[in-house]
Amino acid sequence: MDERLLEIDNVSKQFQLGSFGAGTLKQDFKSWLARIHGREDPNRKIGYDASHDGEWFTALDGVSFSADRGDALALIGRNGAGKSTMLKLISRITAPTGGEIRIHGRVASLLEVGTGFHPELTGRENIFLNGAILGMRKSEINAKLDEIIEFSEIEQFIDTPVKRYSSGMYVKLGFAVAANLAPDVLICDEVLAVGDLNFQQKCLSKMTDVARSGRAVLYVSHNMRTVTQLCNRALFLDHGHLLYDGTVERAIELYGGAGNRDVDRDLDAMPRPRKRGETMRMQHMTVLNSANMEFQQDGEWRFRITSVSNIAEQNLRLRLILLNNMLAPVAMTQTPAFEVAADERFALEISCLLDGLAPGEYTVKLSLVSDRIGGGNNYYDTIDDVGKLVIVDDPLLNQGFRWQARLWGNARMRPLEMARVEAQ
Amino acid sequence: MEAQRPKNYWTARIRPKAGWFDVDLKGLWRYKDLVWLLVKRDFTLIYKQTIIGPAWIVIQPLLTTIVFTVVFGNIAGLPTDGMPRFMFYMGGNIAWQYFANCLNRTSKTFVTHRQLFEKVYFPRLCMPLSTVLSQLINFLVQFALFIGFVIIYALRPNAVVHPNWRLILLTPVMLIQMGMLSLGCGLIVSAMTRKYRDLAILVSFCVQLWMYATPVTYPASMIAERFPELLGVYMLNPMTPLIELFRSAYLGTQSYYMNYYWLSVSITVAIFLTGVVLFSHAEKTFMDTI
Repeated sequence: MDERLLEIDNVSKQFQLGSFGAGTLKQDFKSWLARIHGREDPNRKIGYDASHDGEWFTALDGVSFSADRGDALALIGRNGAGKSTMLKLISRITAPTGGEIRIHGRVASLLEVGTGFHPELTGRENIFLNGAILGMRKSEINAKLDEIIEFSEIEQFIDTPVKRYSSGMYVKLGFAVAANLAPDVLICDEVLAVGDLNFQQKCLSKMTDVARSGRAVLYVSHNMRTVTQLCNRALFLDHGHLLYDGTVERAIELYGGAGNRDVDRDLDAMPRPRKRGETMRMQHMTVLNSANMEFQQDGEWRFRITSVSNIAEQNLRLRLILLNNMLAPVAMTQTPAFEVAADERFALEISCLLDGLAPGEYTVKLSLVSDRIGGGNNYYDTIDDVGKLVIVDDPLLNQGFRWQARLWGNARMRPLEMARVEAQ
Repeated sequence: MEAQRPKNYWTARIRPKAGWFDVDLKGLWRYKDLVWLLVKRDFTLIYKQTIIGPAWIVIQPLLTTIVFTVVFGNIAGLPTDGMPRFMFYMGGNIAWQYFANCLNRTSKTFVTHRQLFEKVYFPRLCMPLSTVLSQLINFLVQFALFIGFVIIYALRPNAVVHPNWRLILLTPVMLIQMGMLSLGCGLIVSAMTRKYRDLAILVSFCVQLWMYATPVTYPASMIAERFPELLGVYMLNPMTPLIELFRSAYLGTQSYYMNYYWLSVSITVAIFLTGVVLFSHAEKTFMDTI
């Protein structure tokens, strides 16, 4: 039973919405003066609806899970699902409003590396200060000093004030301290976004080491590739509820959404990134040759798409991008350039050949783009997730093997050509 | 879901805001190295940041003392209990400055360190505690200067400065008390900055006023002579008997107010405990509101 490092027991967190107190003594005093003189409160915002004031927003609702030695847990969910709140609770930055969190040993969080660095101090001085802030004793830091400096890859600058560091060096030093402090539970929140590729790889393997050496890692990221690389279990959070606790593959599937498999789709109503879909807008899509978006390997997908354009455009294209179940892009294809007139409603019938695509589920992303003079693209409209496309696995077409996307990827090459030759 | 485990299996149990007296002293002890490193950082920064560096620690009280001597001594002609004006003002001044600096800085704890507090957990008390300790180091430098002057004045022929050796033994108690009092007040204000962010600005003004309610630029005997009916109220200010005691010890002014000293100590302890409790209560959810 000594394996348990972390228990989250029915934890909830609520925040109070709206304004509770004006925030400064001056404003409260003015409001009070106005009230006793029967005037209108000068600090009330014009048209401000006070009906939501004092209401509570639930960021986490009765979440329970636990982590044992050797667990590398991923927390997956869309923005606002409560992932960051969960990490803040575990790292004790704020207190829960319900339930209990039990921790065995030391928790170290990499919510942001290099916290507490002072620009005037040297790298070495900052190692000590940062280590102590993260909960290390001075003797522990001393014992690990060489290891930290070596890991940081900035040995020759270690006695230079960190204000002269580049941002990359800063992150490296910060991560070196945090990664070497031997916590029992290590919390990471997308720290790998910075630093060069080599260093990112180094950080990942360090985190894997942490998990292997009998500690636990809790990892939050939107990068599903690192999640699959690092984690052996995943939790899927949605709107403050824990919906799934189990394999990484299944959690990522849930994260990607069950997927729209309708053959008739209202594109007009789908969400777009900012500024897209204003001058041109895709409106409707009808799949012509499938009832459930399932296709054979090397098959064909035919659909009709209608759009409107407010402006004339000479070199418009419809671009189609496929993303795999980790939401990494796999393939791109596009139509030849065509012309549209201002205020024209136009329909296209598209045939998309699925040659070489491996079996699996794909997310379809559609854009209307034009070639910009001098290179680059001009995006008029983009829908990140039009729906799912499924390529059915047919082992007969793969020399009798079931396709393993995790190991083999998403592209099927033609069988190797081969001839037996005389052995030397 | 909690299974049976040995009593001390869990290092930490994080629960919703518990009662008012939920002060994590054990956690603070675990982070004692951090407090020490923060003090060391403050000390290093003094050398690195300013041009005249540590000399400023010495120059600043000297300048203030000279200003006090001219303004309150020579121009206003306030009495100094028969002491040389320079010594009288210097004694009061360095003791007060220690207290005032601590209070000004600790009361801004949450505002100054917000970015850090948002990202890492450590017992928040480490911060104000380290502030008080690094101010103590500054004070000790100034204090050494003061002792130098005391020796010079005491060895003069017909010296009026007569250090009181018995009272000097109380110096550690006085320093601890000043630290506790400023820390206590600072913690109370920081806890209140949760609701009123501009309170910290008001504090430096209030500390100025407080100085005039304390016998720094005049002796308490002046109040006793001119407003004897107010003396009881006047002595409620815990800094009053403290400053008087400090000057009695090193300059040898008559200490009329020893019986009030115990009142000062009790008020200090009360403020200190209130501060620690309010601060510990505020730190748990402070990050949600600021």
